[in-house]
Amino acid sequence: MQLQVEVRNKTFSSFEDSGQVKALEDVKFTVDSGEFLCLFGPSGCGKTTLLNIIAGLDTHFDGAVSLKNSGKVERELRIGYVFQNPRLLPWRTVEENLKIVLSADQIQSGIIDELLVSAELVSFRNTYPSQLSIGMQRRVSLMRAFSIQPDLLVMDEPFVSLDQRMENNLHQVLLDYWQSSAPSVLFVTHHIREALKLATRLLVFSSRPGKIILDIPVELPYPERKNPEVFSDYVSQLIEENPGILQNS
Amino acid sequence: MASRKSSFGISLISFICLLAIWNFVALWVNSRLFPLPLTVLHVLLESIEEGELQYHISYTLMRVFISFVLAMTLGIGIGIVLGISKPLDRFFDSWLTLFLNIPALVTIILCYVWLGLIESAAILAVSINKIPNVVVTIREGARALEKDYLEMAQSFRLSHATVLRHIVLPQLAPFLVASTRSGLALIWKIVLVVELLGRSNGVGFQLHLFFQLFDIASILAYTLAFVFVIQVLEYGILQPLERRVSRWRR
Repeated sequence: MQLQVEVRNKTFSSFEDSGQVKALEDVKFTVDSGEFLCLFGPSGCGKTTLLNIIAGLDTHFDGAVSLKNSGKVERELRIGYVFQNPRLLPWRTVEENLKIVLSADQIQSGIIDELLVSAELVSFRNTYPSQLSIGMQRRVSLMRAFSIQPDLLVMDEPFVSLDQRMENNLHQVLLDYWQSSAPSVLFVTHHIREALKLATRLLVFSSRPGKIILDIPVELPYPERKNPEVFSDYVSQLIEENPGILQNS
Repeated sequence: MASRKSSFGISLISFICLLAIWNFVALWVNSRLFPLPLTVLHVLLESIEEGELQYHISYTLMRVFISFVLAMTLGIGIGIVLGISKPLDRFFDSWLTLFLNIPALVTIILCYVWLGLIESAAILAVSINKIPNVVVTIREGARALEKDYLEMAQSFRLSHATVLRHIVLPQLAPFLVASTRSGLALIWKIVLVVELLGRSNGVGFQLHLFFQLFDIASILAYTLAFVFVIQVLEYGILQPLERRVSRWRR
């Protein structure tokens, strides 16, 4: 699949000065199959807006988004969205929350059991979300996005306000899934270390109106990112080479 | 569990107190127009034995049921639409206010005059009285629908049926229960008036007859029997339903 994004202009009407606030300007990039793209930038630079545009939730903008098949797959491409808040239906159990987004065929295939096992959530399948910790709710929300076997995973700061251990755990769950199923990923974060730990490519945004100021490949092999010293050196080196990264944040 | 038992005990004691007061006042007044509880019970049992009470109550319940289903279905549909669409809501708001304020009696008279003294006119009159109340309650619920979940549904491309069943209705559940409960209370009262004015059976028709005969014991007997039936619906159907839809809350 290939995702082509071009947002020439996106404005919001503002309540404060009854004028228009420019959220995004001349944002243009392409995502290829299997790429893991981190969108990095200061808060309020329009990253969530951009994700909503890509996911089709926001259609009021000047530009075009196209998500195309690259040859062999002849079906509608699927987008799995992991929101900043898990957005699980509180009146449905963990299992029902997964079932709701799946077709009858997909439920038949046993994917739910598979995911619950891999996320260590089997004993919570009949639990309501409010009885789960926030970390577990995040995990269910992650599984919900995985369950539809997305061609594109869209993730909006999905791991904020988790403790370090839980965050590492979910990073691993995500990377394992990405390496085995190879969806393209768009991952919004405002932590540079998180971005560099996960991504194959980094897009750095300016503050409002959001513009792409840097587009850098992240080439450190994944096994080496687990080595704290090597990883820290890599982060410092990359920031040194691209001072624009920290310019706005 | 203990608190439920003790609250049942309190209800029982308060009920006995009420009976005692009634009995005392009836003895004191000592008139055919203010019968003793025992006299009423006697009339009630007699009427059950003859099958008359069951006959009329079942007609009334049938009318309650049909007009209830009709009013709820239409009211929920209109309520959701008005709650979601601001332009439609603005347009129809004045209609709603008008219908909310038409006295039940006027609707009943107009339905009978325009459609004739027939069953469907009776049921329509009751439904028309109830629909605006359902609409107002459900509209309130639909306005408060969480946008986050609708966005989730949109991004996962869920079907309309799935959205209605798993996202909209669960959020409307408290409003549905509220309008069901108030609906039942309102509808059975209006059904009695409809029967009194233009039907030849049902509890309302009987009450009218007893009124002309000044048969107070029978009036009270029918009233108690009917209140009992409504309470059975409340505890047997409504409350279990309410517990079911709210079981996900901690």
